[in-house]
Amino acid sequence: MDECRSAGQLIKNVKMKKTLLLPGLLLAVTTAYSQKYMTRTANVTFFSATSIENIEAVNNEAACIADMKTGQVVMQVPVSSFKFEKALMQEHFNENYMESDKYPKATFKGQIKDISSIQMTRDGSYKVSVEGDLAMHGVTRHVTVPGTITVKKGTVVATGTFKIKPEDYKIEIPAVVSSKIAKEIEITVNAPMKAANQ
Amino acid sequence: MRYRRVPALVFLYCMIFLYIPSYAQEKDGGTSEADELMNMLEEGEPKQKKEFTTATFKTTRLINGHSIENVAKGVLDFKISHRFTNLSGGAKNFFGLDGANIRLGFDYGVTDWLMTGVGRNSYEKEYDGFLKMKLLRQRNGVPLSVSYLGSVMVQTMEANVLWWQTYHFSNRVCYAQQLLIARKFSKGLSLQMMPTLVHYNLVDKKSEPNDVLALGLGGRIKLSNRISLNVEYYYQPQGYRLDGTSNSLSIGFDIETGGHVFQLHFTNSTGMTERTYIGETTEKWEKGGIRFGFNISRVFTIVRPAEFRNSKNKIY
Repeated sequence: MDECRSAGQLIKNVKMKKTLLLPGLLLAVTTAYSQKYMTRTANVTFFSATSIENIEAVNNEAACIADMKTGQVVMQVPVSSFKFEKALMQEHFNENYMESDKYPKATFKGQIKDISSIQMTRDGSYKVSVEGDLAMHGVTRHVTVPGTITVKKGTVVATGTFKIKPEDYKIEIPAVVSSKIAKEIEITVNAPMKAANQ
Repeated sequence: MRYRRVPALVFLYCMIFLYIPSYAQEKDGGTSEADELMNMLEEGEPKQKKEFTTATFKTTRLINGHSIENVAKGVLDFKISHRFTNLSGGAKNFFGLDGANIRLGFDYGVTDWLMTGVGRNSYEKEYDGFLKMKLLRQRNGVPLSVSYLGSVMVQTMEANVLWWQTYHFSNRVCYAQQLLIARKFSKGLSLQMMPTLVHYNLVDKKSEPNDVLALGLGGRIKLSNRISLNVEYYYQPQGYRLDGTSNSLSIGFDIETGGHVFQLHFTNSTGMTERTYIGETTEKWEKGGIRFGFNISRVFTIVRPAEFRNSKNKIY
């Protein structure tokens, strides 16, 4: 609501300086937008650790946008862009487990809980908790992600780690490979975002 | 003069006021802003990149012959294949399992479009080597995948000549050229066509052609995520086939379990190279010339993809 107040004050002062009008107008519009930060190259990795085998996959094509005023944050992850160490594993991940032709994207819509504590004007690092809905493989579930938001020179880096269970998302794991895939899979997100200039 | 413009200014500011509260309302709505942000992501999305169709078949072989699939770059595939003898041997020969032809082979992905392999077959003590190249890959707007397969086969049996005759090495050599044309129609159905030319440097009789032609047809239907039913048939036209041979017909299952693919099948062919299964199949299904066989594929990642060069993960 800062824009409203400043705009209101401007009206009172309008007799004094007409010249304020144009910059004021621009300011009102630009501040309304520059609170959104985004990236299309966020890094999402997951890690499954068992005594037999560790499985790791990396995705550098996730898109993320955060409204640093309201704390709303959304993320889109193209499932088929996960890279695996073993090519066959990557094929099976898409073909058998995530069915990426049917469910090409995983999405997250959430809210940064402690958004009011974050000061965008100053560099700093904040521990936050992001709560929201994670949708993948046709299933949507509520998750809470503990993370860190780092503000540096007007950029925002959001990181977070959380665990999910494949069975929660109806991802079937056949008995023959169940000993190689962890019951809980750790997901790490690293999203360095810049002000969205739209 | 100065104040005359004020109404216009007030109007402008009103516009801004109108704009800002409406914006704020959306914020309060919560989810609607999330949707708006989601739309922002989708609108600015870069144009769809080339999404190649993957997993047209489970492995690089359909049954006896090649499928459109290659092993990925830096991946070694160890293949163990057996073809037993005729089921019609009955209980005495344990339904053919008492005897077997064996092929041991290694396939390697040089690049994502080029793969090579070597093998040793017990049938006619034959060595084989091949190159398989992807020429065209199915994707949005491209309906087919096309690959070229070139193979060389050398049988190393005792030369069947009289003592004063010389038997050249070239007599043992045979070449095959094959085009693999495939389409994945849906997740569950893939079909493939394989026009093939097999060249024999030496054939038994003058009446026989050195160039054997065949048109292969095959496909798979997935029965579940990890099991598929495969069929493969090679038709040989009259005049371009060796005497006394029949068309190769095979039916089998692919069963995939993580790093392994098990292919279990019934076929009337004895050999496992283009020379032998296409050109030299003599058994007939209708006369009980059916044999059980299997291919087992085990893949090993030899060269790690760039993203994992520094990974501390142990593969083996």
